[in-house]
Amino acid sequence: MKVRVALSVNGESREALVPVHKTLLEVLREDLGLTGTKHGCELGECGTCTVLLDGEPVLSCLALPVETEGCRITTVEGMAEGGRLHPLQQAFAELGAAQCGYCTPGILLTATALLADRPSPTRQEVKDALAGNLCRCTGYTKILDAVELAALRMGRQEART
Amino acid sequence: MIRLPPFTYLAPGTVDAAARLMAEHGRDAMLVAGGTDLYPNMKRRQFEPKVLVGLRGIRELRGVRGSASGWTIGAATTLSAVTAHPGIARDFPALATAAGLVSSPQLQNMGTIGGNVCVDTRCNYYNQSYEWRKAIGFCMKKDGDICLVAPGSSRCWAVSSSDTAPVLWALGARVRLIGAGGERTVPMPALYRDDGIEYLAKRPDEVVADILLPPAEGWRSAYLKLRRRGSFDFPVLGVAVAARMDGDIVRDARIVLGAVASLPRPAERAAAALVGQRVTRELIARVADLAAGPAKPLDNTDFTHPYRKKMTRVFVARALAAVAGLQNGSAASEEVA
Ligand SMILES: Cc1cc2nc3c(=O)[nH]c(=O)nc-3n(C[C@H](O)[C@H](O)[C@H](O)COP(=O)(O)OP(=O)(O)OC[C@H]3O[C@@H](n4cnc5c(N)ncnc54)[C@H](O)[C@@H]3O)c2cc1C
Ligand code: SF4
Ligand code: FES
Ligand code: FES
Repeated sequence: MKVRVALSVNGESREALVPVHKTLLEVLREDLGLTGTKHGCELGECGTCTVLLDGEPVLSCLALPVETEGCRITTVEGMAEGGRLHPLQQAFAELGAAQCGYCTPGILLTATALLADRPSPTRQEVKDALAGNLCRCTGYTKILDAVELAALRMGRQEART
Repeated sequence: MIRLPPFTYLAPGTVDAAARLMAEHGRDAMLVAGGTDLYPNMKRRQFEPKVLVGLRGIRELRGVRGSASGWTIGAATTLSAVTAHPGIARDFPALATAAGLVSSPQLQNMGTIGGNVCVDTRCNYYNQSYEWRKAIGFCMKKDGDICLVAPGSSRCWAVSSSDTAPVLWALGARVRLIGAGGERTVPMPALYRDDGIEYLAKRPDEVVADILLPPAEGWRSAYLKLRRRGSFDFPVLGVAVAARMDGDIVRDARIVLGAVASLPRPAERAAAALVGQRVTRELIARVADLAAGPAKPLDNTDFTHPYRKKMTRVFVARALAAVAGLQNGSAASEEVA
Protein backbone atom coordinates (compact mmCIF):
# COMPACT_ATOMS: atom_id res chain seq x y z
CA MET A 1 0.00 0.00 0.00
CA LYS A 2 1.59 3.28 -1.16
CA VAL A 3 0.51 6.54 0.39
CA ARG A 4 1.25 10.18 -0.29
CA VAL A 5 2.58 11.74 2.89
CA ALA A 6 2.97 15.46 3.51
CA LEU A 7 5.60 16.08 6.15
CA SER A 8 6.95 19.24 7.71
CA VAL A 9 10.70 18.67 8.00
CA ASN A 10 13.00 21.40 9.32
CA GLY A 11 10.39 24.02 8.51
CA GLU A 12 9.89 22.88 4.90
CA SER A 13 6.88 20.97 3.58
CA ARG A 14 8.00 17.80 1.89
CA GLU A 15 5.85 15.30 0.06
CA ALA A 16 6.63 11.71 -0.77
CA LEU A 17 4.82 8.74 -2.27
CA VAL A 18 5.98 5.80 -0.17
CA PRO A 19 4.89 2.33 0.93
CA VAL A 20 3.00 2.83 4.19
CA HIS A 21 5.25 0.35 5.99
CA LYS A 22 8.40 2.40 5.43
CA THR A 23 9.56 3.94 8.70
CA LEU A 24 10.18 7.65 9.11
CA LEU A 25 13.90 6.82 9.31
CA GLU A 26 13.79 5.06 5.94
CA VAL A 27 11.77 7.83 4.31
CA LEU A 28 14.03 10.59 5.66
CA ARG A 29 17.14 8.83 4.43
CA GLU A 30 15.97 7.15 1.24
CA ASP A 31 13.18 9.32 -0.11
CA LEU A 32 14.00 12.80 1.21
CA GLY A 33 17.79 12.54 0.98
CA LEU A 34 18.28 13.51 4.62
CA THR A 35 21.00 11.09 5.65
CA GLY A 36 22.02 13.03 8.75
CA THR A 37 19.68 10.81 10.75
CA LYS A 38 21.57 7.57 11.36
CA HIS A 39 20.32 4.02 11.49
CA GLY A 40 21.73 1.76 14.16
CA CYS A 41 19.80 -1.10 15.73
CA GLU A 42 16.48 -0.18 14.03
CA LEU A 43 14.73 -1.78 17.01
CA GLY A 44 14.55 1.06 19.54
CA GLU A 45 17.65 0.00 21.41
CA CYS A 46 20.26 2.68 20.63
CA GLY A 47 18.78 6.17 20.06
CA THR A 48 20.91 7.15 17.08
CA CYS A 49 17.84 7.62 14.86
CA THR A 50 16.35 10.22 17.25
CA VAL A 51 14.51 13.14 15.63
CA LEU A 52 12.30 15.77 17.24
CA LEU A 53 8.56 15.52 16.76
CA ASP A 54 6.98 18.82 17.83
CA GLY A 55 10.13 19.38 19.86
CA GLU A 56 10.08 15.98 21.64
CA PRO A 57 12.78 13.37 21.01
CA VAL A 58 11.38 10.20 19.39
CA LEU A 59 12.89 7.27 17.51
CA SER A 60 12.42 7.53 13.76
CA CYS A 61 13.11 3.80 13.31
CA LEU A 62 9.83 3.06 15.15
CA ALA A 63 7.62 5.78 13.67
CA LEU A 64 5.60 5.71 10.48
CA PRO A 65 5.37 8.84 8.33
CA VAL A 66 1.54 8.52 8.24
CA GLU A 67 1.63 8.83 12.03
CA THR A 68 3.68 12.03 11.94
CA GLU A 69 1.70 14.07 9.44
CA GLY A 70 0.76 17.40 10.98
CA CYS A 71 3.76 17.35 13.35
CA ARG A 72 6.92 19.44 13.09
CA ILE A 73 9.86 17.13 12.39
CA THR A 74 13.38 18.34 13.17
CA THR A 75 16.45 16.44 12.00
CA VAL A 76 20.12 17.29 12.52
CA GLU A 77 20.10 19.06 9.13
CA GLY A 78 17.75 21.62 10.66
CA MET A 79 20.06 22.64 13.50
CA ALA A 80 22.55 25.00 11.84
CA GLU A 81 21.13 28.38 10.87
CA GLY A 82 22.38 30.36 7.89
CA GLY A 83 25.56 28.30 7.71
CA ARG A 84 26.33 28.85 11.41
CA LEU A 85 26.55 25.79 13.61
CA HIS A 86 24.11 25.49 16.49
CA PRO A 87 25.91 26.17 19.83
CA LEU A 88 25.56 22.46 20.65
CA GLN A 89 27.26 21.47 17.39
CA GLN A 90 29.99 24.06 17.99
CA ALA A 91 30.63 22.77 21.52
CA PHE A 92 30.66 19.11 20.38
CA ALA A 93 33.25 19.96 17.71
CA GLU A 94 35.43 21.99 20.06
CA LEU A 95 35.46 19.49 22.92
CA GLY A 96 35.81 16.32 20.86
CA ALA A 97 32.40 15.09 21.97
CA ALA A 98 32.06 13.31 18.63
CA GLN A 99 34.54 10.59 17.75
CA CYS A 100 33.13 8.30 15.07
CA GLY A 101 30.13 10.64 15.11
CA TYR A 102 27.53 7.94 14.59
CA CYS A 103 25.56 8.73 17.77
CA THR A 104 26.05 12.49 17.40
CA PRO A 105 22.93 13.54 15.42
CA GLY A 106 20.64 11.75 17.87
CA ILE A 107 22.44 13.16 20.88
CA LEU A 108 22.45 16.71 19.49
CA LEU A 109 18.69 16.60 18.96
CA THR A 110 17.97 15.05 22.35
CA ALA A 111 20.13 17.74 23.96
CA THR A 112 18.31 20.43 21.96
CA ALA A 113 15.02 19.29 23.46
CA LEU A 114 16.53 19.24 26.94
CA LEU A 115 17.89 22.79 26.68
CA ALA A 116 14.57 24.06 25.36
CA ASP A 117 12.94 22.73 28.54
CA ARG A 118 15.79 23.44 30.94
CA PRO A 119 18.23 26.09 29.83
CA SER A 120 20.68 25.34 32.66
CA PRO A 121 20.38 21.66 33.50
CA THR A 122 22.39 19.94 36.22
CA ARG A 123 24.77 17.21 35.14
CA GLN A 124 22.32 14.62 36.44
CA GLU A 125 19.54 16.15 34.33
CA VAL A 126 21.77 15.95 31.24
CA LYS A 127 22.52 12.30 32.02
CA ASP A 128 18.84 11.49 32.53
CA ALA A 129 17.85 13.22 29.29
CA LEU A 130 20.52 11.37 27.31
CA ALA A 131 19.76 7.98 28.90
CA GLY A 132 18.22 6.81 25.62
CA ASN A 133 21.28 7.53 23.45
CA LEU A 134 24.14 5.06 23.36
CA CYS A 135 27.68 6.08 22.41
CA ARG A 136 30.31 3.43 21.85
CA CYS A 137 33.29 5.80 21.56
CA THR A 138 33.48 8.77 23.86
CA GLY A 139 32.78 7.34 27.29
CA TYR A 140 30.12 10.10 27.54
CA THR A 141 32.15 12.57 29.66
CA LYS A 142 32.93 14.86 26.74
CA ILE A 143 29.33 14.71 25.60
CA LEU A 144 28.11 15.84 29.02
CA ASP A 145 30.78 18.57 29.08
CA ALA A 146 29.76 19.79 25.62
CA VAL A 147 26.08 20.00 26.51
CA GLU A 148 26.98 22.02 29.59
CA LEU A 149 29.25 24.34 27.60
CA ALA A 150 26.54 24.91 25.01
CA ALA A 151 24.00 25.61 27.74
CA LEU A 152 26.34 28.18 29.26
CA ARG A 153 26.93 29.91 25.92
CA MET A 154 23.26 29.88 24.98
CA GLY A 155 22.45 31.42 28.37
CA ARG A 156 24.98 34.22 27.79
CA GLN A 157 23.68 34.85 24.30
CA GLU A 158 20.18 35.09 25.72
CA ALA A 159 21.36 37.55 28.37
CA ARG A 160 22.99 39.76 25.70
CA THR A 161 19.93 39.98 23.47
CA MET B 1 18.03 -2.14 7.24
CA ILE B 2 15.64 -4.41 9.09
CA ARG B 3 12.39 -3.47 7.43
CA LEU B 4 8.77 -3.86 8.47
CA PRO B 5 6.74 -6.44 6.57
CA PRO B 6 4.08 -4.84 4.33
CA PHE B 7 0.62 -4.01 5.71
CA THR B 8 -2.34 -1.75 5.15
CA TYR B 9 -2.68 1.05 7.70
CA LEU B 10 -6.13 2.16 8.84
CA ALA B 11 -6.58 5.25 11.01
CA PRO B 12 -10.08 5.32 12.53
CA GLY B 13 -11.26 8.48 14.28
CA THR B 14 -13.15 6.82 17.14
CA VAL B 15 -12.69 3.82 19.42
CA ASP B 16 -15.95 2.30 18.17
CA ALA B 17 -14.70 2.49 14.59
CA ALA B 18 -11.39 0.90 15.63
CA ALA B 19 -13.20 -2.00 17.30
CA ARG B 20 -15.42 -2.49 14.23
CA LEU B 21 -12.39 -2.55 11.92
CA MET B 22 -10.73 -5.12 14.18
CA ALA B 23 -13.82 -7.33 14.10
CA GLU B 24 -14.13 -6.94 10.34
CA HIS B 25 -10.51 -7.95 9.61
CA GLY B 26 -10.35 -10.69 12.24
CA ARG B 27 -7.04 -12.47 12.65
CA ASP B 28 -5.38 -10.41 9.90
CA ALA B 29 -5.52 -7.22 11.95
CA MET B 30 -3.68 -5.83 14.97
CA LEU B 31 -4.04 -2.65 16.97
CA VAL B 32 -1.10 -0.28 17.21
CA ALA B 33 -0.67 2.70 19.52
CA GLY B 34 2.91 3.93 20.00
CA GLY B 35 4.30 0.97 18.04
CA THR B 36 7.32 0.70 20.35
CA ASP B 37 6.55 -2.92 21.19
CA LEU B 38 4.78 -3.99 18.01
CA TYR B 39 7.12 -2.54 15.37
CA PRO B 40 10.32 -4.14 16.69
CA ASN B 41 8.40 -7.43 16.93
CA MET B 42 7.14 -7.04 13.37
CA LYS B 43 10.67 -6.30 12.16
CA ARG B 44 11.76 -9.59 13.76
CA ARG B 45 8.75 -11.27 12.10
CA GLN B 46 7.11 -12.19 15.38
CA PHE B 47 3.94 -10.64 13.96
CA GLU B 48 3.01 -10.09 10.33
CA PRO B 49 -0.45 -8.50 10.41
CA LYS B 50 -1.93 -7.63 7.01
CA VAL B 51 -3.84 -4.71 8.54
CA LEU B 52 -2.84 -2.29 11.28
CA VAL B 53 -5.51 -0.30 13.06
CA GLY B 54 -3.78 2.81 14.40
CA LEU B 55 -5.02 4.37 17.63
CA ARG B 56 -2.85 7.50 17.65
CA GLY B 57 -5.35 9.72 15.88
CA ILE B 58 -8.20 8.96 18.29
CA ARG B 59 -8.64 12.01 20.50
CA GLU B 60 -10.88 10.37 23.10
CA LEU B 61 -8.05 7.97 23.94
CA ARG B 62 -5.67 10.69 25.09
CA GLY B 63 -5.30 12.50 28.39
CA VAL B 64 -5.66 12.14 32.14
CA ARG B 65 -8.90 13.25 33.80
CA GLY B 66 -9.60 13.52 37.52
CA SER B 67 -13.00 13.40 39.23
CA ALA B 68 -14.51 12.55 42.62
CA SER B 69 -14.58 8.88 41.64
CA GLY B 70 -10.87 8.79 40.84
CA TRP B 71 -8.66 9.21 37.79
CA THR B 72 -9.23 8.15 34.19
CA ILE B 73 -6.19 7.68 31.97
CA GLY B 74 -6.89 7.38 28.24
CA ALA B 75 -5.11 4.32 26.85
CA ALA B 76 -3.19 6.29 24.20
CA THR B 77 -1.74 8.70 26.76
CA THR B 78 2.04 8.51 26.47
CA LEU B 79 4.13 7.22 29.34
CA SER B 80 5.88 10.62 29.50
CA ALA B 81 2.52 12.32 29.99
CA VAL B 82 1.57 9.86 32.75
CA THR B 83 4.87 10.44 34.59
CA ALA B 84 4.64 14.21 34.22
CA HIS B 85 1.03 14.48 35.44
CA PRO B 86 1.08 16.21 38.85
CA GLY B 87 -2.12 14.50 40.08
CA ILE B 88 -0.79 11.03 39.24
CA ALA B 89 2.59 11.78 40.83
CA ARG B 90 0.82 12.95 44.01
CA ASP B 91 -1.81 10.21 44.34
CA PHE B 92 -0.04 7.24 42.75
CA PRO B 93 3.72 7.74 43.01
CA ALA B 94 4.31 4.08 42.12
CA LEU B 95 2.59 4.60 38.74
CA ALA B 96 4.56 7.76 37.94
CA THR B 97 7.74 5.88 38.90
CA ALA B 98 6.92 2.78 36.83
CA ALA B 99 5.99 4.76 33.70
CA GLY B 100 9.18 6.80 34.11
CA LEU B 101 11.31 3.64 34.26
CA VAL B 102 10.05 2.10 31.02
CA SER B 103 12.85 1.70 28.45
CA SER B 104 14.28 5.12 27.55
CA PRO B 105 13.11 8.76 27.39
CA GLN B 106 12.45 8.60 23.64
CA LEU B 107 10.40 5.42 24.02
CA GLN B 108 8.41 7.01 26.86
CA ASN B 109 7.56 9.89 24.51
CA MET B 110 6.15 7.38 22.00
CA GLY B 111 4.90 4.43 24.05
CA THR B 112 1.43 4.55 25.58
CA ILE B 113 0.01 3.19 28.81
CA GLY B 114 -2.54 1.08 26.90
CA GLY B 115 0.28 -0.48 24.89
CA ASN B 116 2.21 -0.99 28.10
CA VAL B 117 -0.51 -3.05 29.78
CA CYS B 118 -0.90 -5.09 26.56
CA VAL B 119 2.85 -5.41 25.89
CA ASP B 120 3.92 -8.79 24.49
CA THR B 121 5.42 -11.33 26.89
CA ARG B 122 9.17 -11.89 26.61
CA CYS B 123 11.66 -14.74 26.53
CA ASN B 124 15.35 -15.07 25.62
CA TYR B 125 14.41 -17.56 22.91
CA TYR B 126 11.72 -15.35 21.41
CA ASN B 127 13.01 -11.76 21.40
CA GLN B 128 15.53 -12.53 18.69
CA SER B 129 15.79 -11.96 14.97
CA TYR B 130 14.06 -14.33 12.58
CA GLU B 131 17.44 -15.78 11.51
CA TRP B 132 18.48 -16.42 15.13
CA ARG B 133 15.22 -18.18 15.92
CA LYS B 134 15.41 -20.20 12.73
CA ALA B 135 18.99 -21.27 13.47
CA ILE B 136 18.23 -22.50 16.98
CA GLY B 137 14.87 -24.01 16.02
CA PHE B 138 11.57 -22.17 16.40
CA CYS B 139 9.60 -22.40 19.64
CA MET B 140 5.83 -22.65 20.07
CA LYS B 141 5.29 -18.94 20.70
CA LYS B 142 6.12 -18.33 17.04
CA ASP B 143 6.57 -20.75 14.14
CA GLY B 144 7.51 -23.84 16.21
CA ASP B 145 5.86 -26.41 18.44
CA ILE B 146 8.08 -26.95 21.48
CA CYS B 147 9.22 -24.79 24.38
CA LEU B 148 12.98 -24.31 24.46
CA VAL B 149 13.03 -23.30 28.13
CA ALA B 150 10.94 -26.17 29.40
CA PRO B 151 11.09 -28.76 26.59
CA GLY B 152 8.56 -31.09 28.22
CA SER B 153 6.04 -28.32 28.69
CA SER B 154 2.81 -28.06 26.73
CA ARG B 155 2.61 -24.32 27.33
CA CYS B 156 4.74 -21.22 26.79
CA TRP B 157 6.29 -19.54 29.83
CA ALA B 158 7.22 -16.19 28.27
CA VAL B 159 7.35 -13.47 30.88
CA SER B 160 4.95 -10.59 31.49
CA SER B 161 7.34 -7.62 31.25
CA SER B 162 5.17 -4.54 31.71
CA ASP B 163 6.31 -2.03 34.32
CA THR B 164 2.90 -0.42 34.82
CA ALA B 165 0.70 -3.56 34.90
CA PRO B 166 1.78 -4.79 38.38
CA VAL B 167 1.40 -1.25 39.72
CA LEU B 168 -2.07 -0.75 38.24
CA TRP B 169 -3.10 -4.15 39.63
CA ALA B 170 -1.81 -3.21 43.10
CA LEU B 171 -3.64 0.12 42.93
CA GLY B 172 -6.96 -1.59 42.22
CA ALA B 173 -7.27 -0.16 38.70
CA ARG B 174 -9.93 -1.23 36.23
CA VAL B 175 -9.85 -1.15 32.44
CA ARG B 176 -12.66 -0.09 30.15
CA LEU B 177 -12.74 -2.25 27.04
CA ILE B 178 -14.68 -1.29 23.93
CA GLY B 179 -15.38 -4.09 21.45
CA ALA B 180 -17.47 -4.44 18.34
CA GLY B 181 -20.18 -6.02 20.49
CA GLY B 182 -20.24 -3.37 23.23
CA GLU B 183 -18.22 -2.22 26.18
CA ARG B 184 -17.32 -3.62 29.59
CA THR B 185 -15.18 -2.55 32.52
CA VAL B 186 -13.09 -5.21 34.26
CA PRO B 187 -10.60 -5.21 37.12
CA MET B 188 -6.92 -5.46 36.03
CA PRO B 189 -6.56 -9.15 36.97
CA ALA B 190 -9.34 -10.01 34.51
CA LEU B 191 -7.26 -8.64 31.63
CA TYR B 192 -4.64 -11.37 31.91
CA ARG B 193 -4.26 -15.12 31.42
CA ASP B 194 -1.48 -17.35 32.69
CA ASP B 195 -0.14 -18.23 29.26
CA GLY B 196 2.90 -16.87 27.46
CA ILE B 197 1.16 -16.87 24.08
CA GLU B 198 -2.46 -15.98 24.82
CA TYR B 199 -1.53 -13.65 27.67
CA LEU B 200 -4.51 -11.33 27.34
CA ALA B 201 -8.01 -12.38 28.37
CA LYS B 202 -9.75 -9.86 26.13
CA ARG B 203 -11.13 -10.47 22.64
CA PRO B 204 -8.84 -9.26 19.83
CA ASP B 205 -11.40 -6.65 18.70
CA GLU B 206 -11.61 -5.14 22.19
CA VAL B 207 -9.69 -1.88 22.52
CA VAL B 208 -8.43 -0.83 25.94
CA ALA B 209 -10.09 2.60 26.05
CA ASP B 210 -9.32 3.86 29.57
CA ILE B 211 -7.59 2.87 32.74
CA LEU B 212 -9.66 3.81 35.78
CA LEU B 213 -8.01 4.42 39.12
CA PRO B 214 -10.03 4.66 42.34
CA PRO B 215 -9.45 7.74 44.55
CA ALA B 216 -6.13 7.48 46.42
CA GLU B 217 -7.82 7.96 49.86
CA GLY B 218 -5.00 7.04 52.19
CA TRP B 219 -3.35 4.53 49.83
CA ARG B 220 0.41 4.81 49.51
CA SER B 221 2.41 3.01 46.87
CA ALA B 222 5.91 2.17 45.69
CA TYR B 223 7.43 0.39 42.67
CA LEU B 224 10.89 -1.12 42.38
CA LYS B 225 12.48 -2.45 39.21
CA LEU B 226 15.46 -4.71 38.63
CA ARG B 227 17.34 -4.61 35.34
CA ARG B 228 20.93 -4.78 34.12
CA ARG B 229 21.29 -1.21 32.84
CA GLY B 230 19.65 1.95 34.18
CA SER B 231 17.94 2.53 30.83
CA PHE B 232 16.53 0.61 27.83
CA ASP B 233 16.14 -2.69 29.64
CA PHE B 234 12.82 -4.35 30.41
CA PRO B 235 12.24 -5.36 34.04
CA VAL B 236 13.49 -8.80 35.03
CA LEU B 237 11.71 -8.20 38.32
CA GLY B 238 9.17 -5.54 39.27
CA VAL B 239 7.67 -5.15 42.73
CA ALA B 240 4.57 -3.03 43.28
CA VAL B 241 3.30 -2.43 46.80
CA ALA B 242 0.19 -0.44 47.73
CA ALA B 243 -1.04 -0.04 51.30
CA ARG B 244 -3.76 1.94 53.03
CA MET B 245 -2.38 3.08 56.34
CA ASP B 246 -4.07 4.33 59.45
CA GLY B 247 -1.22 5.86 61.42
CA ASP B 248 1.30 3.04 61.48
CA ILE B 249 -1.35 0.30 61.24
CA VAL B 250 -1.95 -1.27 57.82
CA ARG B 251 -5.67 -1.36 56.95
CA ASP B 252 -5.36 -2.88 53.49
CA ALA B 253 -2.47 -3.98 51.30
CA ARG B 254 -1.65 -5.40 47.87
CA ILE B 255 1.68 -6.73 46.65
CA VAL B 256 2.02 -7.58 42.96
CA LEU B 257 5.15 -8.95 41.27
CA GLY B 258 6.11 -8.27 37.67
CA ALA B 259 8.37 -10.33 35.38
CA VAL B 260 8.14 -13.52 37.44
CA ALA B 261 5.40 -15.26 35.43
CA SER B 262 3.38 -14.92 32.23
CA LEU B 263 1.12 -12.43 34.01
CA PRO B 264 1.56 -10.03 36.94
CA ARG B 265 1.61 -12.24 40.04
CA PRO B 266 -0.15 -11.11 43.24
CA ALA B 267 1.40 -12.16 46.56
CA GLU B 268 -1.89 -12.50 48.40
CA ARG B 269 -0.76 -14.32 51.54
CA ALA B 270 2.00 -11.82 52.07
CA ALA B 271 -0.37 -8.89 51.70
CA ALA B 272 -2.89 -10.47 54.07
CA ALA B 273 -0.18 -10.87 56.72
CA LEU B 274 0.18 -7.08 56.79
CA VAL B 275 -3.44 -6.22 57.47
CA GLY B 276 -4.23 -4.99 60.98
CA GLN B 277 -0.54 -4.97 61.89
CA ARG B 278 1.89 -2.27 62.89
CA VAL B 279 4.77 -2.23 60.38
CA THR B 280 8.00 -3.25 62.06
CA ARG B 281 11.28 -4.53 60.61
CA GLU B 282 10.35 -8.05 61.82
CA LEU B 283 6.96 -7.92 60.10
CA ILE B 284 8.58 -6.68 56.87
CA ALA B 285 11.05 -9.58 56.91
CA ARG B 286 8.26 -12.11 57.42
CA VAL B 287 6.04 -10.61 54.69
CA ALA B 288 8.97 -10.43 52.26
CA ASP B 289 9.61 -14.16 52.75
CA LEU B 290 5.95 -14.93 52.10
CA ALA B 291 5.92 -12.70 48.98
CA ALA B 292 8.87 -14.47 47.40
CA GLY B 293 6.82 -17.70 47.47
CA PRO B 294 4.66 -17.03 44.40
CA ALA B 295 7.67 -15.76 42.40
CA LYS B 296 8.66 -18.68 40.17
CA PRO B 297 11.02 -17.14 37.65
CA LEU B 298 12.32 -19.44 34.92
CA ASP B 299 15.65 -19.35 33.14
CA ASN B 300 14.39 -17.27 30.20
CA THR B 301 15.30 -13.63 30.94
CA ASP B 302 18.43 -11.74 31.86
CA PHE B 303 20.11 -12.76 35.16
CA THR B 304 19.85 -16.19 36.74
CA HIS B 305 16.45 -17.21 38.04
CA PRO B 306 17.66 -18.04 41.57
CA TYR B 307 19.03 -14.50 41.80
CA ARG B 308 15.74 -12.99 40.61
CA LYS B 309 13.88 -15.05 43.19
CA LYS B 310 16.25 -13.88 45.95
CA MET B 311 15.88 -10.28 44.84
CA THR B 312 12.09 -10.61 45.12
CA ARG B 313 12.47 -10.88 48.89
CA VAL B 314 14.91 -7.95 49.01
CA PHE B 315 12.74 -5.74 46.83
CA VAL B 316 9.49 -6.50 48.66
CA ALA B 317 11.20 -5.59 51.94
CA ARG B 318 12.51 -2.32 50.48
CA ALA B 319 9.20 -1.40 48.89
CA LEU B 320 7.32 -2.10 52.14
CA ALA B 321 9.80 -0.01 54.11
CA ALA B 322 9.34 2.83 51.61
CA VAL B 323 5.54 2.67 51.85
CA ALA B 324 5.66 2.56 55.66
CA GLY B 325 8.18 5.42 55.75
CA LEU B 326 10.80 3.18 57.38
CA GLN B 327 13.55 3.13 54.80
CA ASN B 328 16.97 4.47 55.62
CA GLY B 329 18.26 7.13 53.26
CA SER B 330 16.71 7.75 49.86
CA ALA B 331 14.42 5.19 48.31
CA ALA B 332 16.05 4.16 45.04
CA SER B 333 13.34 3.05 42.65
CA GLU B 334 15.49 0.60 40.78
CA GLU B 335 18.54 -1.52 41.10
CA VAL B 336 20.97 -2.02 38.30
CA ALA B 337 23.12 -5.08 38.70
C1 LIG C 1 14.35 -1.10 23.63
C2 LIG C 1 13.01 -1.24 24.28
C3 LIG C 1 12.93 -1.27 25.65
C4 LIG C 1 11.70 -1.42 26.29
N1 LIG C 1 11.68 -1.45 27.65
C5 LIG C 1 10.50 -1.59 28.30
C6 LIG C 1 10.47 -1.59 29.72
O1 LIG C 1 11.49 -1.42 30.38
N2 LIG C 1 9.28 -1.80 30.35
C7 LIG C 1 8.14 -1.96 29.63
O2 LIG C 1 7.10 -2.12 30.27
N3 LIG C 1 8.13 -1.93 28.29
C8 LIG C 1 9.28 -1.72 27.59
N4 LIG C 1 9.30 -1.69 26.23
C9 LIG C 1 8.06 -1.98 25.46
C10 LIG C 1 7.23 -0.78 25.05
O3 LIG C 1 8.04 0.30 24.65
C11 LIG C 1 6.30 -0.31 26.15
O4 LIG C 1 5.69 -1.40 26.78
C12 LIG C 1 5.23 0.65 25.62
O5 LIG C 1 4.48 1.17 26.69
C13 LIG C 1 4.27 -0.02 24.65
O6 LIG C 1 3.31 0.93 24.27
P1 LIG C 1 3.00 1.24 22.74
O7 LIG C 1 1.92 2.25 22.72
O8 LIG C 1 4.23 1.60 22.02
O9 LIG C 1 2.49 -0.19 22.30
P2 LIG C 1 2.31 -0.80 20.84
O10 LIG C 1 3.61 -1.29 20.34
O11 LIG C 1 1.55 0.13 19.97
O12 LIG C 1 1.38 -2.04 21.20
C14 LIG C 1 1.80 -3.09 22.04
C15 LIG C 1 0.73 -4.18 22.05
O13 LIG C 1 -0.45 -3.71 22.69
C16 LIG C 1 -1.55 -3.69 21.80
N5 LIG C 1 -2.26 -2.44 22.09
C17 LIG C 1 -1.74 -1.19 22.10
N6 LIG C 1 -2.66 -0.29 22.52
C18 LIG C 1 -3.78 -1.01 22.77
C19 LIG C 1 -5.10 -0.64 23.22
N7 LIG C 1 -5.43 0.62 23.51
N8 LIG C 1 -6.02 -1.64 23.36
C20 LIG C 1 -5.70 -2.92 23.08
N9 LIG C 1 -4.49 -3.33 22.66
C21 LIG C 1 -3.54 -2.37 22.50
C22 LIG C 1 -0.96 -3.80 20.41
O14 LIG C 1 -1.85 -4.47 19.55
C23 LIG C 1 0.29 -4.61 20.66
O15 LIG C 1 -0.03 -5.97 20.72
C24 LIG C 1 10.51 -1.51 25.53
C25 LIG C 1 10.59 -1.47 24.15
C26 LIG C 1 11.82 -1.33 23.51
C27 LIG C 1 11.87 -1.27 22.02
S1 SF4 D 1 8.83 -19.86 27.15
FE1 SF4 D 1 9.25 -21.53 25.67
S2 SF4 D 1 7.58 -21.38 24.14
FE2 SF4 D 1 7.58 -19.48 25.32
S3 SF4 D 1 8.83 -18.05 24.11
FE3 SF4 D 1 10.23 -19.04 25.58
S4 SF4 D 1 11.04 -20.85 24.52
FE4 SF4 D 1 9.27 -20.12 23.36
S1 FES E 1 18.13 2.89 15.11
FE1 FES E 1 16.40 3.64 16.16
S2 FES E 1 16.87 3.23 18.22
FE2 FES E 1 18.55 2.30 17.17
S1 FES F 1 31.05 9.02 18.84
FE1 FES F 1 31.08 6.97 18.10
S2 FES F 1 29.21 6.19 18.92
FE2 FES F 1 29.35 8.10 19.88
